[in-house]
Amino acid sequence: MKYILMMNTMRAGQGVPQWDQKDLQAHIAFMIGLNKELRQSGELVSAEGLAFPDQAKLVRAGKDGVPITDGVFPESKEFLAGYWIVDVDTPERAYAIAAKASAAPGPDGTPLNMPIEVRPIMSGPPPEML
Amino acid sequence: MTKPWDTTSEHLLRELAPQVLGSVARRFRDFSSAEDAVQEAMIAAFTQWPQEGIPDNPRGWLIQVASRRMTDQVRSEIARRQRETAVAKDVETMAPVDEIESDTDPDDTLILLFMCCHPALTSSSAIALTLRAVGGLTTAEIANAFLVPEATMAQRISRAKQSIKASGVPFRLASPQERAERLPAALHVLYLIFNEGYASSIGGHLQRLDLAREAIRLTRGAKVLLPEDGEVTGLLALMLLTDARRAARTGPDEELIPLDKQDRTLWDRAEISEGIELLTAALSKGSVGLYQLQAAIAAVHDEAARAEDTDWPQILALYELLKRVSPSPMVTLNHAIAAAMVHGPLKGLELLRTLDTDARLAGHYRLDAVRAHLLEMVGDYESAIKHYRIAASRTTSIPEQNYLMTQAACLAERKLS
Repeated sequence: MKYILMMNTMRAGQGVPQWDQKDLQAHIAFMIGLNKELRQSGELVSAEGLAFPDQAKLVRAGKDGVPITDGVFPESKEFLAGYWIVDVDTPERAYAIAAKASAAPGPDGTPLNMPIEVRPIMSGPPPEML
Repeated sequence: MTKPWDTTSEHLLRELAPQVLGSVARRFRDFSSAEDAVQEAMIAAFTQWPQEGIPDNPRGWLIQVASRRMTDQVRSEIARRQRETAVAKDVETMAPVDEIESDTDPDDTLILLFMCCHPALTSSSAIALTLRAVGGLTTAEIANAFLVPEATMAQRISRAKQSIKASGVPFRLASPQERAERLPAALHVLYLIFNEGYASSIGGHLQRLDLAREAIRLTRGAKVLLPEDGEVTGLLALMLLTDARRAARTGPDEELIPLDKQDRTLWDRAEISEGIELLTAALSKGSVGLYQLQAAIAAVHDEAARAEDTDWPQILALYELLKRVSPSPMVTLNHAIAAAMVHGPLKGLELLRTLDTDARLAGHYRLDAVRAHLLEMVGDYESAIKHYRIAASRTTSIPEQNYLMTQAACLAERKLS
């Protein structure tokens, strides 16, 4: 079963986190380690971090399909910061991975406990019943 | 009689790919189908040879397998269309492999390179097609290198071939004039392949194909075919002189290590001396182009035993030349760094101001990153921190972002103490 684990932490206009060097490094090392672990366990399908919301554009098709872009977002809006797609045996395992990611260290090593949204990914047609 | 498969065999097989393709494409006068047939022959070889050994005449083997696929395809086409064609006659009277063998022409690889780097193609299509047709890589390997699904890459390659077909370029050697026009595009594609490999060589993707190494291999091949061209040699030198620093460029946690902090004992001496030798030979030929100049700058860095030994006045002079030969905002940016190293950071900051109104750089993280670096040199930590953070929020490279955020954090601590 495939699940997407979405990390919604970013807010527009906030810029990059202004942590101490050691906290920053601990956080980076944690994220690299988590990906390595999921790759080694054979559960990682893909993981991507997204660029900062300052670069996000909201696009709609205008007349004749010409893109109309909107680049300024209200400050309160939450943004996807990154996601993992994992292939696991049980939903519990997906929740466990999400909990681990959620507890990534923040300032002074305190777990951030970020909310991670976990959702099953739709699959192809089921096997035919014989 | 066969030879056992060893570590050099894969290299041999890839080297044969463009020669085989040239021969089959000329024979059947259909580049697109020939390219598919050779890909199938390559995959067959990759499956069979490691087990059964390398045939006595590997090129002949590949030509035969690819030609058989072509013949099957042409026959079914004829059966379907029920009509006689010139190709059908060719099929009937097809020469035995030994004769086709003598038909291979070293210029085929060059024809293929120019064809795959056709200006009608987008760079991503040209890169994919070059790696497959000239580099002898499989679609799966190329897809893996660019982290896209194999079906996507197969479609990209097939559309590239359709564009080439539509453009009506014949499969023949370009005239010297056409060659001079097309060479920059071909070199640019090789340069992009190298950069892609260099940029993605971090991030734990060890199982990925080494694109930087493939680019070096292809450029070596181009140099054999065009030994007198200073820019081909210059590009090869640039790749070697850059690749030489690869092991020192990242730390144990995949973090970026800037040039002045790298452990220079990790630099690859063999690559550096080969690069310098090539560059010297290229420069002695007279005309100086963009790749030779960039290689010369890389060589000056590589020659310094310690960062503080770097001959910045020479680098500055080279950037001034490069600004004239190939002006771009990125060159101006690097020129400003060199000027700062020679005449002090204030001079560098002054040069950066000329870029503030340049639309090509608007919002580009590199401008903020360089400004932050120069402000740090001046001692204006507060402004430097601000620009490091802006740059961090604008880059789309994770290692670069981590580096820029760390720089900001480091200065914030230094400011307090």
